[in-house]
Amino acid sequence: MPSLRREDVAHVAKLARLTMSEAELDKFTEQLGQVLEHASDINALDLEGVIPTAHPFGLINVVRDDERRASLDHDVVIAMAPDAEDGRFAVPRILGEAP
Amino acid sequence: MRSVRQTALDVQNGDASALSVLEESLARIRARNDELNVFLYVDEEGARAAAIALDERVARGENVGALAGVPVALKDNLCQTSIPTTCSSKILEGWRPPYSATVVDRLLLAGAVPVGKTNLDEFAMGSSTENSAFGPTKNPLDTTRVPGGSSGGSAAAVAADMTPLALGSDTGGSIRQPAALCGLIGVKPTYGLVSRYGLIAFASSLDQIGPLTKTVADAAMALEVIAGHDPLDSTSLPEPSPSLVAHVEDGVAGKRVGVVRDLIDGADEEVVAAVGRAVDALKEAGATIVELSVPEFRLGLSAYYLIAPAEASSNLARFDGVRYGLRVNADDVTAMMEATRTAGFGEEVKRRIMLGTYALSAGYYDAYYGQALKVRTLTIDAFRRAYEEVDLLLGATTPSVAFEFGSKTADPMAMYLSDVFTIPSNLSGEPAISIPFGTGEAGLPIGVQLLGPGRSEALLFAGARVLEIADGRP
Repeated sequence: MPSLRREDVAHVAKLARLTMSEAELDKFTEQLGQVLEHASDINALDLEGVIPTAHPFGLINVVRDDERRASLDHDVVIAMAPDAEDGRFAVPRILGEAP
Repeated sequence: MRSVRQTALDVQNGDASALSVLEESLARIRARNDELNVFLYVDEEGARAAAIALDERVARGENVGALAGVPVALKDNLCQTSIPTTCSSKILEGWRPPYSATVVDRLLLAGAVPVGKTNLDEFAMGSSTENSAFGPTKNPLDTTRVPGGSSGGSAAAVAADMTPLALGSDTGGSIRQPAALCGLIGVKPTYGLVSRYGLIAFASSLDQIGPLTKTVADAAMALEVIAGHDPLDSTSLPEPSPSLVAHVEDGVAGKRVGVVRDLIDGADEEVVAAVGRAVDALKEAGATIVELSVPEFRLGLSAYYLIAPAEASSNLARFDGVRYGLRVNADDVTAMMEATRTAGFGEEVKRRIMLGTYALSAGYYDAYYGQALKVRTLTIDAFRRAYEEVDLLLGATTPSVAFEFGSKTADPMAMYLSDVFTIPSNLSGEPAISIPFGTGEAGLPIGVQLLGPGRSEALLFAGARVLEIADGRP
């Protein structure tokens, strides 16, 4: 794999919704590069045909009866929010101003 | 301090009140918490009310449960209703969960008394508790050294005799490694044996809750209480809690134990020597020893440091300043989320989110995350082959005894390497236990590790008990 570039780190920060200072970008490029370099040991393996594991015991399709049951109290949940309005979560504007 | 077993006996029999046991625990916390930074929150009032209620029930002749009056420390990534839960992160500072983790409910039902929340590496990401937003925890055995992590506060609580029992969580060794560094028993149960409901997720396919105690019997008692199917966790095994306490004294006569070179090589000489003495002790107790090499374990570290960050980057997306926790205001919603996450997360958490986001991003998914999931399969297959030959595996828990503050913080890769022996069990979802076995540099404890196939906890406890006796703790 090509080595990690500073612009890759800047792009990933944007995807992860994190702001990075110039100094942080330098540091993370170096440190993340080292971890990825360590990972070159598995990168280089030929694992064609090996089935990936997402769950250690292959548990699938856990379902429950389709019955109503109690959930968290609405008011209690809304009370935890940094900002709320009329029983709903409130956030700053989502869309830009109309042109 | 009384053991878990003795406390439960004394309280149930009326020989000690739950309140007096609790007051002793609170006094020990007051005496050393400022120095050690073990508890982030102590619920004196709630714990007293619970203890008094237990004493009233004992007075009425009721059976109050297997953990009657046992003070418990909870790692601060476990939710308890209305008790501040921070994950040692500024992003959750001041948050009080509206529900309790299933393990907390089960502890309460068994008569245990939660006394407070312990420090951890932020979001359980770390091996020294130095990544906490609220300062590091000191190792009670040597305050110039780390207690390990990420369950460092829970380990320190038990090591400093503040509580006889603590719960931690183990994603890549976060129970076993601090247990080793603080001289305790630490158990990472089979994945799914203990419900994760109410455990704030780090890497969901690897996380598992388990106990830290001073004795093997105490760990078995605690695990029996918290294990068993929970409909609120769809990854919980559809089975009742296994019988464990009854098997602690079973011994290992006739069992085959594989000593795994790849779980020893690279450790300090004194650690290697301790594993050698553990081999002798198991042999003495009638086990057959087989030397094994499982080279796949060496790939575990790379796979883990792609899988865990990948899952974390997804799990931690929920901390966006909308529904709970910190919000840093900004003009529009995206800027608000970015400002909140940038201010709320510490450096190691950011590093892992970045690493995970990269491993999952277009163009790199197959090369990193996809490849890591395949290595996970190789690890599981390697364990399976080993268990065709032997009943249990033995190795070191950590490469060294407790290290000094600051000695690994500048180099993330050096810190990650301290998990190299514990990671394989998380990848395979199988149980493992760390047992203190002798001491090394500066008289600090060394931990050895027993590993077993899925659902082999009873056998692991029996093996651990043999080592406990051999190490002079009958």
